[in-house]
Amino acid sequence: MANDKPEPKRPLIRVSDFDFYYGEKQALFDINMDMKENEVTAFIGPSGCGKSTLLRCINRMNDLVEVARIGRGKIEVNGADIYDPRVDTIELRKRVGMVFQKSNPFPKSIYENVIYGLRIQGINKKPVLDEAVERCLKGAALWDEVKDRLDTSGLSLSGGQQQRLCIARALAVEPDILLMDEPCSALDPVATAKVEELIHSLKNDYTIVIVTHNMQQAARVSDKTAFFYLGKLIEMAKTDEIFMSPKNEQTEAYISGRFG
Amino acid sequence: MSATATLRKERPVEGLGFHKKPSKAKSTERAVFWLFRLGTYFILLCASVIFLTIIFKGSQTVFQSSFPFVNVEFLTEAPQTLHVFEYEGEKYELSDNNFRAFEAERGVEIKTDTYAYSGGGIWPCIVGTVLLVVGAMTIALTLGVLSAIFLSEYSKPGKILNAIRLSILNLAGVPSVVFGIFGLGFFVLAGPIFSFSPFEGYDFQFWPLPIYFGFAGWNVSLLAGCFTLAFMVLPIVISASEESLRAIPQGLREASLALGASKWTAIRTNVLPYAMPGILTSSIIGVARVAGETAPIMFTAAYAMRDQLPWEGLEKWSDFFFQGVMALPYHIYVVSAKIPQNEYTERMQYGTAFVFLVIVAGIALASILLRIRMRKKYRW
Ligand SMILES: Nc1ncnc2c1ncn2[C@@H]1O[C@H](COP(=O)(O)OP(=O)(O)OP(=O)(O)O)[C@@H](O)[C@H]1O
Ligand SMILES: [Mg+2]
Repeated sequence: MANDKPEPKRPLIRVSDFDFYYGEKQALFDINMDMKENEVTAFIGPSGCGKSTLLRCINRMNDLVEVARIGRGKIEVNGADIYDPRVDTIELRKRVGMVFQKSNPFPKSIYENVIYGLRIQGINKKPVLDEAVERCLKGAALWDEVKDRLDTSGLSLSGGQQQRLCIARALAVEPDILLMDEPCSALDPVATAKVEELIHSLKNDYTIVIVTHNMQQAARVSDKTAFFYLGKLIEMAKTDEIFMSPKNEQTEAYISGRFG
Repeated sequence: MSATATLRKERPVEGLGFHKKPSKAKSTERAVFWLFRLGTYFILLCASVIFLTIIFKGSQTVFQSSFPFVNVEFLTEAPQTLHVFEYEGEKYELSDNNFRAFEAERGVEIKTDTYAYSGGGIWPCIVGTVLLVVGAMTIALTLGVLSAIFLSEYSKPGKILNAIRLSILNLAGVPSVVFGIFGLGFFVLAGPIFSFSPFEGYDFQFWPLPIYFGFAGWNVSLLAGCFTLAFMVLPIVISASEESLRAIPQGLREASLALGASKWTAIRTNVLPYAMPGILTSSIIGVARVAGETAPIMFTAAYAMRDQLPWEGLEKWSDFFFQGVMALPYHIYVVSAKIPQNEYTERMQYGTAFVFLVIVAGIALASILLRIRMRKKYRW
C-alpha cells in the first residue's frame, strides 16, 4: 500500500506487448503501459476501441468470456504475472477491485451489498461489519443518504446511488487497485461531481484506472491519460500534456472532438 | 384545373368503397379467423367435458348431502369389498368393516352381493402418491439442479456438452413405460444394497468394516418408484433449471467474482437464490407428471392392495423405503381395468380421479405459494 515517504512511484500495473483476442477477432494490439501507485490513469478513446477489454484483463474478468484469449505479452500487477497458471484469481480480484460500466448492485439490502465481499471471506462479526458499512459508505459519499435505510434493497436506490453503492462494495474488500469502467455514464452532473470528488479522495489510498468518454472528466480526475484507437494504445502521457500538447494527430483530433 | 376535375370524377361517390362487398382477402381472413376460433372452442369444450364429468361424478362419491358433507370413509379408509344387501326391507350398501359390525350388532348372518374394491376409501393411495411425489421430486430437484448448474455454469461448450444436451432431450421423449422397465431392471431387481449385516446375495464386504454390499435389488418399493419417477422428470427439471439460471443477469455473477468470490460462492449466493423461484415454478409441471404416471410405478412401487399404511409394522427405519405402496393412478387403473365393471366401481373410479385432481392442484398451489414467498425474500 501507499508509502508516506516520497520515494519514486513504482509501476503497480505493467502491461507489456499485450495482444488480446475475442475468438478470431483481435481486440488489443501490442499494448505497453505502466500505471503507477496512487495515480489515477484515465483510458479514453472512441467506442469499441478496447478500453473495457484492457480494463477487464487487469482483474482477469475476461476469463468469463468463452472465446477470449491472450495472444502475446503479459500483464504484471505488483511485479507478478497475473496470467501465470498458478495465480489465484480470487486473491487477484480481492487486490484489484472493479466497478462496472453498468451498475449492478445485488438484489439484497444496502447493508448486505456493502459487506458481501467480507461475508464471503467468512467475516461475520457484527461490529466489524457495521464499522465496514459505515466506513465504505462514507468513503463512497453515500452514507448520509442511506444511513437510515440500510436494510432496504440496493435496487431501491437511484442510478447514481447504485453506482456509489457499487463503489462502496468494492472498497469494503480493501483492494490496492480500483478499476472503474465509465462509472459516471449513467449519472447526472451532481452525482458525477460526487463520484469525481470521491476519486480524488480515494487517490491517496488506491491506484485507480478509470475509463471515461468525458474529456473534461478525464482532465479533472486523472494524472495520466491513455488514448486508445482501434485496439491500439496511441498515446499515453501526463494528463496536462495530453490535453495541452498531444504529440499524436489522432489524439489531438479525438480530444478536440473532431472524431470519435 | 380540369385535371383535378377528372380525377375527382373517377373517385367513388361514397367514401372509398368501404361499403362494397368484402374483398377476397377480407373473406379469407374471416374464414381463417373462424377456423382458429372453432379450434379453440373445441378444445375448450373437450376440457370442460372432461373436468365437469370428473367433478360431477367424482363429487357424488366424495361429498354427501348429510353431515359432515364429506364422505369421511372414502378419504380415510382403505379399499374394501362392498356388500350390497337387503335387510328387513331396507337396502344397504356397506363396506366390509361396517358390514361385519352390522352383522355382529344384529347377531345375524346375511347373504350379500359383494363387489371387490368398491367399498371403503382410498386413504392408502393418497398417502402413497404423496410419498412418491415428495420422494421423486426431492431426488429430481437435487440431481436436476446440480446437473443444470454444471451444464450452464461450469462446462465449456463443445461436442461433449452438445451430446449431453441431446441425450437429456431424448430422455424427455422416452415413453413412461420404458422408464418402468428401466426401474424394474435397475432398481427393483438390481438396486445396490448396503447393510451392516450379511444378507442374501451380497457381493462383497468392505473388509474390515462391517458393511456389506451387493446388487440385491430393492424389490417393489417406494425407493425404486421414487427413483424411476425422478429419472422420468429429470429432463423437465434440468431444462427448467437451466432456463432459470440463464435468466439471472451476468452482471450479478461478474460483480461477485470481482469482489473475490469463487465461482461456486458466486453461484451459491447470487445465482441460485434468485433462480430458485423459477426452478420451482417450472418444476410444477413435473409434479403433475410424477403424480399422474402409472406405467413407471406399475412394476416398481405400486401394490394393487395393501392393508398396512407405510408407517405401520416397520421393523427398522430403512424398511420404510423398501415397501411397496398404493397409489392413486394405479388404483384408478386397477378399479377400471382389473375388476369386473359395475355401477359401484364407477363411483370408485370417478371419486379417485376427483381426489387425484384436487391433490395435484394442491401441490401446484403449494409450489406457487412457496415461489411467491421466495420472490418476496429475494426481491429484485
Ligand atoms: N464478449 C465479447 N465477445 C466478442 N467481442 C467482444 C466482446 N466484448 C467486446 N468485444 C469486442 O471487442 C472490441 C472492444 O470492445 P470494448 O468493450 O473493450 O470497447 P470499449 O472501448 O470499452 O467501448 P465502449 O466505450 O463502447 O465501452 C469491440 O470491437 C467489441 O465488439
Ligand atoms: Mg466499455
